[in-house]
This record gives sequence, structure tokens and C-alpha cells, in this order.
Amino acid sequence: MFTENPALLGLMTIVIGVGACLGYFFFSNVILDKVIFPAKGPNAGRNINRANMIRPWLFLFPALFGLTLYLAYPVFETLRLSLTDRDLGGAFVGFENYRKMMNEDKFWEAVRNNLLWLVVVPAASTAFGLLAAQLTDRIRWGNFAKSLIFMPMAISFVGASVIFKLIYDTRPADQNQIGVLNAVWLKFDGGIGSIFTLQLVPTLLLIGFVGIVGYVLWTFVRDFTAGGRNRSVWLLPLQLVMAIGGLWLIWLSIGSIVDIWVTELPYGQPQTWLTISFWNNFFLMVVLIWIQTGFAMVILSAALRGIPEETVEAAIVDGANPFQIFFKIKVPQIMGTIVVVWTTITLTVLKIFDIVFAMTNGQWETQVLANYMYDKLFRASDWGIGSASAIVIMLLVTPILVWNVYNARKEMR
Amino acid sequence: MARIAGKKSRLTWAVHISVALLVVAWLFPTVGLFVSSFRTADQISGSGWWAALFPAEQNEVYRTGDPDDDRVAVGDMFEVKGNIFEGEPRNISSWGVSSRDVSAFAPGETADMGDGETLTLADDGAYVWRGTDDQISGRGQRIFVTALVPPKFSLENYRTILFSGTGQDNMAKAFFNTLTVTIPATIIPIVVAAFAAYALAWMEFPGRALLIAAIVGLLVVPLQLALIPLLRLHLAIGIGKGYMGVWLAHTAFGMPLAIYLLRNYMVGLPRDIIENAKVDGATDFQIFTRIIVPLSFPALASFAIFQFLWTWNDLLVAKVFLIDATGSTTVMTNQIVELLGTRGGNWEILATAAFVSIAVPLAVFFAMQRYLVRGLLAGSVK
Amino acid sequence: MTSLSLKDVSKSYGAVEVLRNIDLDIQQGELIVFVGPSGCGKSTLLRMIAGLEKITGGTLEIDGMVVNDVPPAQRGIAMVFQSYALYPHMTVYDNMAFALKLAGQSRDEVDRAVKSAAETLQLDHLLDRLPKALSGGQRQRVAIGRAIVRDPKVFLFDEPLSNLDAALRVATRIEIAQLKESMPESTMVYVTHDQVEAMTLASRIVVLHGGDIEQFGEPLELYERPANTFVAQFIGSPAMNLVDATVVGTGPSTEVKMPDGGHALVPINSVESDLDTSVKLGVRPEDLRLSEDGEYLVAAKVEIVEALGETTVVYCEPRKDHDAFIVKLPGIHRIEKGTELRLTAAPGKLHLFDSNGESFLYR
Repeated sequence: MFTENPALLGLMTIVIGVGACLGYFFFSNVILDKVIFPAKGPNAGRNINRANMIRPWLFLFPALFGLTLYLAYPVFETLRLSLTDRDLGGAFVGFENYRKMMNEDKFWEAVRNNLLWLVVVPAASTAFGLLAAQLTDRIRWGNFAKSLIFMPMAISFVGASVIFKLIYDTRPADQNQIGVLNAVWLKFDGGIGSIFTLQLVPTLLLIGFVGIVGYVLWTFVRDFTAGGRNRSVWLLPLQLVMAIGGLWLIWLSIGSIVDIWVTELPYGQPQTWLTISFWNNFFLMVVLIWIQTGFAMVILSAALRGIPEETVEAAIVDGANPFQIFFKIKVPQIMGTIVVVWTTITLTVLKIFDIVFAMTNGQWETQVLANYMYDKLFRASDWGIGSASAIVIMLLVTPILVWNVYNARKEMR
Repeated sequence: MARIAGKKSRLTWAVHISVALLVVAWLFPTVGLFVSSFRTADQISGSGWWAALFPAEQNEVYRTGDPDDDRVAVGDMFEVKGNIFEGEPRNISSWGVSSRDVSAFAPGETADMGDGETLTLADDGAYVWRGTDDQISGRGQRIFVTALVPPKFSLENYRTILFSGTGQDNMAKAFFNTLTVTIPATIIPIVVAAFAAYALAWMEFPGRALLIAAIVGLLVVPLQLALIPLLRLHLAIGIGKGYMGVWLAHTAFGMPLAIYLLRNYMVGLPRDIIENAKVDGATDFQIFTRIIVPLSFPALASFAIFQFLWTWNDLLVAKVFLIDATGSTTVMTNQIVELLGTRGGNWEILATAAFVSIAVPLAVFFAMQRYLVRGLLAGSVK
Repeated sequence: MTSLSLKDVSKSYGAVEVLRNIDLDIQQGELIVFVGPSGCGKSTLLRMIAGLEKITGGTLEIDGMVVNDVPPAQRGIAMVFQSYALYPHMTVYDNMAFALKLAGQSRDEVDRAVKSAAETLQLDHLLDRLPKALSGGQRQRVAIGRAIVRDPKVFLFDEPLSNLDAALRVATRIEIAQLKESMPESTMVYVTHDQVEAMTLASRIVVLHGGDIEQFGEPLELYERPANTFVAQFIGSPAMNLVDATVVGTGPSTEVKMPDGGHALVPINSVESDLDTSVKLGVRPEDLRLSEDGEYLVAAKVEIVEALGETTVVYCEPRKDHDAFIVKLPGIHRIEKGTELRLTAAPGKLHLFDSNGESFLYR
């Protein structure tokens, strides 16, 4: 049997699959033009018009069929499955699955972690991307630097997980550390240097972060109270969510600052980084930030270059310094692109599965929704709760979906 | 800005240094994996990979020749002579005969091991072990050497992973399985999507705008939603778990992005050219194959790269739709995850396996980066 | 012999009517120019003839055959696009051969047609090049060559010169005129917004405005006997001056008076009922001269003087009864700003339009 040899099977599939596709498109057109509506005889003109009305659907059919069966239908089917119970033979059980899910600590852990990911990864990737774009655009070897920062885009999440597992690797205290993080960590001994790099610098960074979030929040509130302008109704809940998210971030940051000074650090002890609960989430996030920064950089760099040079020159003539030019002239002009980058990374984060699956598999309080769902589905074999958690992911995606469709419609008009 | 009005910005150096730091930070993890994949298991567990690039003081353990074979009677004593390095001279800084004190002696000194038993080690590794009949017997004497070892790399790990390894340690099958998944799953969606994109870009029909909006919507639907219903569907219609299922799934999951990218590109082609082809007598099918496809090459290439990277790097779709209980159709990502579970400490295997799976996408990335960037811009900036 | 005939043709996009009841008969061998301001529907009309736009009403005949529902390729037309629309991935040869190959002609036939067209247009040495390696003028010639090889009954040109720079435009315009001369049997329809192209190339001009044909006639007829104020002002540069006037005498010659005391006897027939109606008196800037005998049409105050050497263009202040009044005097005149000019013109150069803007000539 040829199925024994996957390479041959693959080759056959390419030939048959591509051939069938092309054949379908070619022959369906021929049949339409020659058999059903021939462009001859008394009705030639009418037939041509009719054929031209049907032709788009011939071109679209395979794609629409695939989209409907593999993407549209599953949304509704998953919704249905989330309301049924597999053990009861698929009986309708209402919101029972959701109730069970809500009662699981692991679910709430996944939600909390997902929200954390949702805030940190897009923000960090966009910030690093913007920084890299702005810096590399100004030097001659910028393109080379860019292509190296962009490179992780090509690496699979699994590959990246292996790479970072090596960084986080732990050996017993009496052996040489082979993970970079522990090797660096053991260099700290609690002296002045340690206090400076591990407590002072992070505190300053966090204060800076709080400042930025606070500033954004403040402009936001000011913008809101100023009112007057016509705003879309559906923007309001979005703004509210953003405001709450911002406040939560500030709260979290302040808590972290306190932690930094209160916690006694176990100097000299090699750490198993991925088991330190709460903070291990950040060690996982680093992997995704590492990958996504290149993406953000490439797009933001193109946007930065699209800024009319005259506006920058005008600012120089007006006496702005490089920082003012960047934050007051350039960033506002690429705000639209920043939003697009942010939402794109947000989408990736919502579906994040491989990294968690490969590095911790959700242990030590690192669960996320997609992995939770996989767990329910293939380990617990519970279609009901699995579907329910998929629906939760869908709900989280929906605002972005609506926003994208709204924008696409606006653009086409 | 640095060049304006001849004023060299003070920031220029800061910029160069910052970019260099960023690049190093971003490159560092991958280089670690790359370097590790060329080191032996002992080297990896002995020192961090960053130490592998420089000659390093290393503690090594050697054994003298076996007394049963090599000892020679000298008077009433016996001697074993030889060279621990066997033609590969090292620079010995110190040595010892006990694990408690590995650097007790300098090269050339003689260690007194009690009751007249002695061992002399020259700095070229030549040794003389002398003692009584009783002392020079059993196994060879251990010698602990501290020496400066030059960096050493080998392709042994790759040989294991690609050819000689057994079971999970051999990635050859998974490599071909991955290829088998990837190539049809890259080509077929391009063909299907290109026709649909042409229809959406250049043909007039009612409901076109609505369809485009729907595709933009489907662009963000998480594929997690598709897993359960489609797996059930595949099992119900007899496809089950296998290549057919994973090809279909990848084709459909790649479709929204493909249509979106290609339509955006095609819609930007000059209307005049397409109308001119109509006046020239080309049918829609001919316009598509003779005009649109050649002109859309950049967009087709960028989508091909996306889809290739995505299918090659995918884990979830393969796990759900392809890999059955026998595991004979495993792909590289899945095998690496399994290795992480079973061989978590064997970095020589893990690093090499990971690098084998990363190498192809990296090659594609560096060869076709231009198209990848263009595709990204077309897909997001609009 | 009628080559192209439009009967009551109209076009609308939903409720928006862009062309209304167009009737045109074009003879074989003519070069017809559609001219009008942007948005007048001239390109749409051309694209309907080409078959690129659906005809919403009326019939279109080419060579006596109704072609409303015939696809473009089978109408016997060839079109030269504004952007040339060369296929960027094909050589000049392949660009020119594309249509013939699609029509299923043999390799020899294709080769002969392409070679001969290339020779006519001096493109022989460029046949292997890609369009991006050609200059603007060469691309233009390839686009024309592509039309010629098809040996169509009707050539359609959609603003073919508007992408060329000024000098090349003049040269190419002359080339097109020569091309037309070398192919006396072929019919050409040419769309432009440039009245110089229209006047120099056309055997007859169709002036379109707001979806209607304003006038259809030979170039000089349009200049000398414009059918209405729109054509009067559209053809000729600077545009014709229009002055409000009242009819004070009728008959074979019509006598009009201007509000500022000006007065003219126009040799155009009028009837009793025109008496005391308000009309517009038209006079071209180049027909005006300075009055020497006290008789004048218009007295106007000079605002700006442009001395060009060969001519002196004087812009006078606008007034209630006319817009800015433009005078084009031959030679050099030293005129101070603010002086009042008394202007007059030969009676045969005057035009009369009724209150609806229609010319008295065509009543």
C-alpha cells in the first residue's frame, strides 16, 4: 500500500489535491460556458450574462465550503456541545457545564493567568518592538539588526520552549549551573550590587510603569469628562474595561514594589524558576514576548517610515528634542498601527497553548484557557466543559472580531 | 536626524550600543541552543554553554592501563607506563589521585600513595605507576587531571538524532511526517484561496461586501472552537485521525488569512490591466491564470511563507487531527514535547532535536524574509 | 456607412443617472472626440461602447449589429487605456500578441501581425523588453500597437495622452493624427478633457456635460457657432465672455443694449416675441478690440494685465452683469491698472444666447 510511505502519500496528495483544485476551476468554467449557458445561438447575450452571474460562485465555492464547515459551523456546534453532557449521551443540560467549570479553581487560575498574559505580553512586545523599530531605523546596520530580532518569528513555540527551558534549567547547588538564569542569579550575594540590580532598578522600572499607566488613564478620564464630541455607544464599555484594567495594573505594580522590598531573597540557592508560583507566569510570557517583538518591530518600523519627514523636520525647526519628536510627533501619528499590532498580539495570546503545554503543562499555577480546554478535552475526555471553555475564549475574542469587521466595512465604503 | 545641520547627535553612540544590546539579548537564547547541540552530554552538564566557546579549566578523570595487561616487572616491583592523553596532549595545571583532592600535585611531581606505591605524571600526560605485586593489580589507577581544554564540538548529536538514534531519539521519521503535513497544507489553500480572492476582488455579484466582512470576522475565530466538532465530524465520516484530516484542517484554518491577504493585494492591481485583458478577449479564468496569478506573485509568496511556518511549527492541530495512539504519524513539535517529558535532562538530545526542527523554518525565514515582511504589512497595516 | 450607432442610450447606477438618451451616428473613417469636464460621463460612454460597462437603456450598434450583450472581445473594438494598461509581466511582443493568441490565431499569423504593427510604430527594436524598461512615449506606442494588431472596426482611446509630459504630448498627438491618416478606413473614438486635443484631432467633436450631449459637430463649427453657453465657454481659451443684455430690436439683425450703456447690432435673426427679453451676448476675448470711434459693447475697468509679447491679456473687474471680462489683444499694449477700456468687436463675431443659454442660431 502506498499509504505506508508518507512521503509518497504526500506527493500524491499534492498532485491530486492541486490537480483536483485546478481541474475543478477549469472544468466548472467550461461546463458553465459551453453546456449550461452556451454563448451561441439566439440567447447568446443573455446566456453570457447569466454565466457571469454564476461564475463568482464557482470561484468561491471551495473556499466558502471550507470556511463554513471548518470555521463557521464549529462555532455553533461548540456552543451546542457546551450545553450538553457526553456521559448522558449528549443530553441537553443547560448551563450545567459552565456551572461545573466555574466551580473549578483551575478554571479561575486559567482566567487570571490569561488576563495577566493579555496585559503583559502585548504591552511588552509592542513597547520593545517600538523601541527596536525607532532605534534600528537610525543606524546603518539597522536592517541586519532587525532581521536578527525578527528571527524568533520563524521558531515554533515548542522550539522556543526548549530554548527557554535551557535558560531556566536548574542544577543542584554543588554543580555548575547550565541555565543562564541560575548562573546569573548565583552571582548575587545580597551585597550592594544585588540591592541595586534586584531591588532598586526594578522599583524604578515599576514606578515608571505606574507613571505611564497613570498618565494614560488620566488623559483617558480627562478625555471622558471633557465629553462634547460624538462617540460611538459601543466604545463606552471598551473604555470602561480599559480603565478597570489600568487600575488593576497600578494596584498590581504597587503591590509588587512592596513585595520587592519585603521579600527576603534566597541568595546563593539555585532556583527552579518554573515552579515559583505567580512569577513563573512571567517566565513563560518572556518566551512569547521574545517571539512577538520582531513582529511588532517590523510593522511599527514600516509605520514610522511612513510618517512624512516634513512633520519631523518641522518639529526640529520648532526646537523639539529627539524624545519629544518621538513621543509627541511620531507616536501619535502611528497610533492606529500600534492599535493593530496590539490587537494582533492579543489574539495570539488568547490562543496561547503550545508554550504552556510544553514548558509546564499548566502545573504550578501556570494554567491558561487554551491548555485548560485541551486538558478537559483529551485528558478528562469531557466535551462539555471543554466546549464551555472554548466558548469563553470565543467570548474574549469577540470584541476584537466586532471591531475588525466594523473597520473593514468602514474601509470598503 | 543625526545628519541635520551637520550636528552629530550625541545619541548616536547610545543608539548603536542599545541596538547591539537588544540584538545580543534576542540572539542569546537561540545561540545557547545551537551551541549546546554540538556538545556532548558530559560537556553540557559540566559547564554552561557560554563556557564552551573558550578554552576552559576542566576536571577530567583518566585511568591508567589495566595492570593485568600492561604491568611490567622491574626488579621486585611492578610498573605500568603509558600516556593518559593518547596522543592528544593537554596542558595539565594540576592533578591528583583521589577525588577528595584532585589538584594535589603539579605536573612532573610524584605522588606517594603509601607503602611505597607511587605515581608520576609528566605534563605531557606520560605516567609511571609503580608498586608491589599487590598494589599494581585489579583495575587501573584513577588520575584526576585539571587541564585547560580547548573548545570542542562534535556532530555526534546530529548523527544520533537523524540517523543512528532509536525510538524517540530519532527524528528522521518525524521530520518526514512534518514535511508530509506541511507541503500539501501550504499549496492547496493557496490555490483555493487565490480563486476566491479574485472573485472577491474583481467580480461583481450581490453579497460580496458581506462575504468580505464575514471573512474578516473568521480571521480571528480561535481554532480551539473547531477542535471538538471537527474531530467528531472526522471520526463520523471515516477520515479519522490522519494526514487527510490534518490537511483539510490546515487548509481551512489558513483560508481566511489567505483570502484576506490575496484579496487586498489583488484589489490593488490596476483596473485598466484587467479591463484591457477583457477587451483582448480573455475569459475570467484566463485573466486569473495569465494576468492575476503572475502579478500577485509577491502576495502568493508571503502567504506561502506564513502557511509554511504555521503548519511546520504547529502542535495543536497535529495533536488533535493527526497523531493517533500508535504515534507513527508524529510530527517534530510533538516529538520534542514528548522528549521534554521523558528526557528532560538530556540536553544534548533535546537541543539537537529542537534545532533540527527549527533549522528549516529559519532557512526559509532568511531566504524569503522580504516576502514575509511584505505579507505582514499587507495583513496588518490596512 | 455607419460604423457606430447609439440610439437612446442611457446609463444609471441605481437611482443616479450618469448618461441620458444619447443618440449618436458615427461614420466609418471618422475620428470622434468626446470632450467635457470631469464627471460629464465621457469615459463611461466610451466604456459602454467597449463593453466594460453595462448599458442600462437604449441600443448600441457596431457595423449594423446590436452589441448590447456582446462581450468586449467580440465587438470588434480595441481600446487604448489612459494608464496604457500594459501587462507588466509580459514583453512588448507578448503584450501585442496576447489578444491574438487568445483568439486562437496561428503562431505565424500572430508573428506577422505583431511585426508589421511594430514596424509602423517603430517598436521593432523593443519587442523583447518588459514595459518597465520603456519610456513613457514608448509605452504609449506599445499600447497603440496592441490595438492595431487586432485590426478592429473601432479604436477606442481613453485619454491616452494625459500621462505624458507637455512636450511629449504634442509629439504623440501629431503621431496619432498621422496614424489616423494612414488608416483612413478605421473609425476612432477618442476621449479627452483637453480641448486642444479635441480641436486638433477630431473630425467631429461630441461635447458632453452632466450626462447630456451639448453639441455634436466639426471642431470649427463648435468654435464659430456654439449651440449654447456651455459649449461657448468650454471651447476656446480663455473662455468666451458673456454679458447680460436686453433685446431692443428684432428682425434679421438683433439689436441689444447692455446695462452700462453699451450697444450692439448682431447679424442674427430674431422674432417679435424676443423683444425686451433678457439675453446673453457672447464675445470671445480674441475678437475684442479697443474702440476707436466711441461705439462700444462694454466699458470695463482693468484689473490685471498679462503682457506675453505676442499678445496682451487684460482681465477686467467683474460686475453685476458679467463675470471677470477677459480681453486678448494682439501685440504689446501698455495699459495701466484701473483705466477704463471701451471694447468693441466685429458684428459677425458676436453670439446671442437666450435666457436658457441656448444659441439664437439653432432655434
